[in-house]
Amino acid sequence: MSDYLYLIPLFPLIGFLLNGLLLGRLPRVVVNIIACLSVAAAFIISVLVFFELKALPPDVRVIEQTLFTWIPSGILQVNFGLLLDPLSAIMILVVTGVGLIIHIYSIGYIAHDPCFGRFFTYMNLFMFSMLTLVLADNFLFMFVGWEGVGLCSYLLIGFWYHKKSASDAGKKAFIVNRIGDFGFLIGMFIIFWEVGSLEFRVVMEQAPVVFIAGGSLITTICLLLFVGATGKSAQIPLYVWLPDAMEGPTPVSALIHAATMVTAGVYMIARTNVLYMLAPDALMVVAIVGAVTAFFAATIALTQNDIKRVLAYSTVSQLGYMFLACGVASFSAGIFHLMTHSFFKALLFLGAGSVIHAMSDEQDMRRMGGLGKHIKITYITMLVAALTISGIPGFSGFFSKDEILWKSFSSQHGHPIFWVVGFVTAGLTAFYMFRLIYMTFHGKERMDEETRQHIHESSKSMTIPLMVLAVLSVVGGWIGMPHIFGVSNFFEHWLEPVMAGGSYEPVSHALAAGGGDVGMEWGLMAASVALVLVSIYFARTFYKTKPQLATAWRKKMSGLHQVLLNKYYVDEFYGAVIVRPLIVFSLFLWKVVDVILIDGFVNGSALVYEGVSESLRRVQTGRLRSYATLFVFGVVILVAYFVMD
Amino acid sequence: MEGTANSMSEYLSVLIFIFVGIGSVLFTFFLSRLIRPHNPYKEKSIPYECAELPIGDSWFKFNNRFYIFALMFVIFDVEVVFLFPWAVAFGELGLFALVEMIIFILILFFGLFYAWRKGALKWV
Amino acid sequence: MIDYTSAGIDFGLIAPEIALLVTAFVILLISSIRRLNAFPIYIAFIGLVVTLALSIQQWSNQESGFFGMISCDNFGIAFKILFSATSLLVLLLGYRYMIARGIDRPEYSALLLISTMGMMVMANTTDLVVMFLGLEIMSVPLYVMAGFARRSLRSNEAAIKYFMMGAFASAFLLMGIAFVYGASGTTELRRIVADISFISSRHGAYIYAGAALILVGFGFKVAAVPFHSWVPDVYEGAPTPVTAFFSVAPKAAGFAVMLRIFLFGFADLEILSDVFWVLSVLTMSVGNILALRQGNVKRLLAYSSIAHAGYIMVALAVGGEEAVSAAIFYLVAYTIFNLGGFAVVTLLETRSGCRSNFSELPGLAATHPYLSAILALFMLALGGFPPTVGFLGKFYLFAAAIKSGYIWLAVIGVMNSFLSVYYYLRVVKASYFETSDEPFTPVSYTPAIVAVLIITAVGTLGLGFFPQQLLEFSRSAIFAFL
Repeated sequence: MSDYLYLIPLFPLIGFLLNGLLLGRLPRVVVNIIACLSVAAAFIISVLVFFELKALPPDVRVIEQTLFTWIPSGILQVNFGLLLDPLSAIMILVVTGVGLIIHIYSIGYIAHDPCFGRFFTYMNLFMFSMLTLVLADNFLFMFVGWEGVGLCSYLLIGFWYHKKSASDAGKKAFIVNRIGDFGFLIGMFIIFWEVGSLEFRVVMEQAPVVFIAGGSLITTICLLLFVGATGKSAQIPLYVWLPDAMEGPTPVSALIHAATMVTAGVYMIARTNVLYMLAPDALMVVAIVGAVTAFFAATIALTQNDIKRVLAYSTVSQLGYMFLACGVASFSAGIFHLMTHSFFKALLFLGAGSVIHAMSDEQDMRRMGGLGKHIKITYITMLVAALTISGIPGFSGFFSKDEILWKSFSSQHGHPIFWVVGFVTAGLTAFYMFRLIYMTFHGKERMDEETRQHIHESSKSMTIPLMVLAVLSVVGGWIGMPHIFGVSNFFEHWLEPVMAGGSYEPVSHALAAGGGDVGMEWGLMAASVALVLVSIYFARTFYKTKPQLATAWRKKMSGLHQVLLNKYYVDEFYGAVIVRPLIVFSLFLWKVVDVILIDGFVNGSALVYEGVSESLRRVQTGRLRSYATLFVFGVVILVAYFVMD
Repeated sequence: MEGTANSMSEYLSVLIFIFVGIGSVLFTFFLSRLIRPHNPYKEKSIPYECAELPIGDSWFKFNNRFYIFALMFVIFDVEVVFLFPWAVAFGELGLFALVEMIIFILILFFGLFYAWRKGALKWV
Repeated sequence: MIDYTSAGIDFGLIAPEIALLVTAFVILLISSIRRLNAFPIYIAFIGLVVTLALSIQQWSNQESGFFGMISCDNFGIAFKILFSATSLLVLLLGYRYMIARGIDRPEYSALLLISTMGMMVMANTTDLVVMFLGLEIMSVPLYVMAGFARRSLRSNEAAIKYFMMGAFASAFLLMGIAFVYGASGTTELRRIVADISFISSRHGAYIYAGAALILVGFGFKVAAVPFHSWVPDVYEGAPTPVTAFFSVAPKAAGFAVMLRIFLFGFADLEILSDVFWVLSVLTMSVGNILALRQGNVKRLLAYSSIAHAGYIMVALAVGGEEAVSAAIFYLVAYTIFNLGGFAVVTLLETRSGCRSNFSELPGLAATHPYLSAILALFMLALGGFPPTVGFLGKFYLFAAAIKSGYIWLAVIGVMNSFLSVYYYLRVVKASYFETSDEPFTPVSYTPAIVAVLIITAVGTLGLGFFPQQLLEFSRSAIFAFL
């Protein structure tokens, strides 16, 4: 089956081509079938190759498939090559699985939009790009997927391009991502310069030889790659595009801006973990950025009123967790959280989409309330998701988040401060999630009468994906239970062959063996669970039982509230410090440099060429005699030159 | 390069020869101009054509068919050009060359056949 | 008696040529017995397919035979494949046009085949006289084809001009060969190579004069400046499918011979590099500059073909394996997208009264979105845009130049590419962004021309993305050669 690895990205590509080339000529049903079937086929093959990989002994779990050489240019040999190892196997399962669910959900969601064909075309293109990204066996091919998902993200954010805010948000996402890509590219160039190859296998094998551990070179490379990751995965300082990206259709937010694309940065760092292990300083930066982003975004989420924006900031915050995990060299914990997060965050977004659908496209939570009794399935599934993301024991989010918290405390690269930040953020997370739940599903019904009349549960094609994801959100974490629960952590062992030298492994093994720190682990776990419960209680008090209390607090801390509501004025700051000067500068470039200097030069040279062309045309008389003369003239000069030499 | 230097000196004599040649012609023209009378009139400017008065333009159209017949002639001309050396060396060449020549003549014959079928041999 | 067995009389070596000749004769024979217009095309088609198959089957068969007059090496076979494929495409793309203009006579296919055979002979020999023979076999049918629209004055004019200038050039070429023979006592390139230092020390001037005149003769065929002046008039006057053929096949044949003579036979004459440097720059610049102000697409493509000859001449100036393989790559790529461009023009001209002026293009994009997109694709390829194969072709050529230290040549080449983009995009602009009051007469597709359009478009894009096969092809084509 693994010979057919290439089929995994190929099927969505075929779907994209079919739907794209026959755009507007296929009936809705056929478009839906093509789109979903192509992803379903990719999913089935992913499952099959996963089990095939699993059947292999752990240390040989690598399947490489070189389709053909793409760029054979001197020493630069780039293949269209696919790499299936435990890491990419997890990723393709998540991408195709969640992708399939969201495609099915989209059938119902996009049913009323005349542009359904375009939507599914982009979605399939996205699936293709994302699968290319995770399956690529070299940096450059990965970059193709990397840019491809960026393009799809841009196209889908601006899907309703006639809305100015949507097209602006699309552009913002694209431009901010370009800044990150710049770092990625330069990092890639340096790697090629130093190692002479872009293939992951070669780079990872050579890295310990070529680079001095902890040296400035490897640190630079890792930091540059990390810049790319911050762009794609919306970390400080490049996170600003993600909240705006909520202008896109909700399934897009769920698929691209929560479950898959934004995790590409985390995946990339896990993929290059060998390099990061050589650069502890870069790891430190990753951890700090991750931790700060997690906390920072969570605080903003506390005050947002748009249901999707809360989820967007929550995504930024959760991605921060994943980077924190990577930063403390616990890459498997990062990937584990990536996986569980993709389940519950996709669920949250799809649930939010269902809510918005029910509310006749209203997104402001202040005009919701009491929806719980009208749309039961949505309510229950979202509640499951909220419990998961908050980290209630037994749900998948608990295991993955707890793993990160524990690793940030215990790992060699960890520090108690990281744990504290993560711990506090966990509390904030529980608070804003249940604020969302209570504001939306409980309390007074604050919508207007007409909207209220229209409230209805979504169609089957939307609710069934919700239920599937709810189940996954619960059980998805059970494969990664911590050692102290007395079971083997399947997930960590699964990823072990991909990870560098296991420099963090001995720690956890030692703990598993039953050192004194087991008590510590239990203690920290209990503390975070307690904090979460307290937070949920506060949320309930503020937004259900005693709303006046929330108003009072808001008044009391109006300054802080304003700052949070306006997202720390970061957009305004960027606007004033970067965008404004750039606009002024580009105005100068346009009016002075371009119009006067460059256009002048270009038009001038064009005039010169036209003149030359005109006069040369005179020679082209159409008379044979003048042609022959010119010919002889050429012969004489040529022969003379040859003979004189 | 020595050879080049040698041939260069050879060419120098050619060059001198050219100059002398052109120069002597110019000089003669110059001399005759000095001593000749200058008295042009109309009859004198007419091109000389065997004492006949020229009628019409010297650029006129020939019948196209001459051209086709000339081409037909070339076919056999080429044939003969090849046949002569072949006949002279036939003793050494042997059977293979005989077959080759038959093929060659067949090809030419084919050309003639084609021309005949296309009516090129008729003078209409 | 002459020992024929050691002379290498092996008809397998010239099987493709024989196939072409036999097919041509069959067509002429049938047409001289019965007047049937349609089916000679099918015979020619079958003959060309067989030829193509025979040529491909010869691949990596490195032999010479017929007293050393025929060299069937990969270099030559590569060109055989190119020529037969080109003829095949030209045959397909011209069919409907010839019918529409009332000139669908069977001789057209026969002439095409014979001319192709001449090219094959040119590319598959290291003997100057055989090269000349091939050149004439190629050229004479071309003269006739240029004048194939007998009722059209322009076509007649084209034929006469081409013939006169061609005869002129042939005379110089022959004289050049005579000089070389006089200096070296042989016309066999391999023997010249062996003795070149001795020959040039004794008869320097003659060998140099000979090289110069040979350069003139083939420079005419590839339309190098200043031997290019016939190109616009002939390209414009000849029937469009014939022009399509002119723009690619004789050029490729000319370059095949020039690569052999100047990078193999006379490789040690150092002066050649400078001369080709200058010729290359002149050719690409003059071609591009003259193309800027053209108002007719066919004429524009004529000048553009001059410019492309200039690009390929970079390889002659640079020399070396990489440059030669880049030149072969470029020739194949150029054949594909230039034929594609001409296929679109032919298709447009199949409508009565159309002469491919710019003023006839507006409305194309609105009424024929696919056709205009394909036209734009070919224009972009001609201009050297990625991701088309046009970009890669230029890239490999200029990369080879830079690697050998010809940085300025590469710079001038790139500048010229920029310049050329202007007029290629004028075609795109005219078909997409300009409007005209007159309605756009719809074109009628035929399966043959659709096939040509698809093949060339897929080739242009596909080889742009996946050049690997073509790269390997052009690399192995030089094995026996250098």
